[in-house]
Amino acid sequence: MIVSYHHVLILAGLLFLTGMFCLVTRRNLIMMVLGLEIMLNASAVAFVGAALQWRHLDGQAMAIFIIAVAAAEVSIGLGLIVWIYRRTGTVDAGCIETDACRID
Amino acid sequence: MTIYSILFYVLAAVILASTVMAVSRRNMVHAVIYLVFSFFGSALLFYLFGAPLLAALEVIIYAGAIMILFLFIVMMLRMEGIEERLFPLRQWLPAMGVCFVYGLVLVLLITADTTGTAPMTAAAVDPSTFGQFLFQRHWLAIEIVSMLLLIALVGVLRLGKDAGKKPEREGEVRS
Repeated sequence: MIVSYHHVLILAGLLFLTGMFCLVTRRNLIMMVLGLEIMLNASAVAFVGAALQWRHLDGQAMAIFIIAVAAAEVSIGLGLIVWIYRRTGTVDAGCIETDACRID
Repeated sequence: MTIYSILFYVLAAVILASTVMAVSRRNMVHAVIYLVFSFFGSALLFYLFGAPLLAALEVIIYAGAIMILFLFIVMMLRMEGIEERLFPLRQWLPAMGVCFVYGLVLVLLITADTTGTAPMTAAAVDPSTFGQFLFQRHWLAIEIVSMLLLIALVGVLRLGKDAGKKPEREGEVRS
């Protein structure tokens, strides 16, 4: 007997919350993509837990697709970050549009 | 309280602690290393939930390929110029608002759900069974995902080709 599915959902929700907090508060583009990765991983944890709860393999299939989408997303995101860095010389989301890099 | 539930709580504590440490690091190399620990914990959690193939894929793709890609980019770009305040004051209010609404929805959803209170019984699925299920029932989705990966490859190649060119307005380049 493992724990109830509620605890799995709480764990996945807290992981998702951490990733979202990282995405909203950090200004470094690489850290923002890292937050997206955390959020995708949290949803995969929830799906695998659901697959065990309802004894259905569809949840694990969804988790495999989430991993594939995360791989595609991170390659495109990091390619864009390198492109932005070459064009503007910064990876700070606050300094791409404006000239002055304000630090508050 | 069986050995499985103790394992689950230990793994959950490790995953949450390493993720919070990763999010709050200023040095991005440390953040990536903490996140590798978090993904190893997730892989063990998948194994506990009876998905050995997904556990292997999590270690290979997430902790292996994706995090190494992050480490590569972090070391390739020069970051000395960035004096980032870790959590800027202007971003606290939207972050707190988003987190509050999200936490409220999470609590409401979990209390409204009555089917998930019983403990789950342990089960495991063979990688071969899972692979046959995947290719019999979801073959179209597999094809779509492979097309997505191909499109991502082509897009990154195109971006990389463009990045070699100088920007048109030389005055806008900051060093």
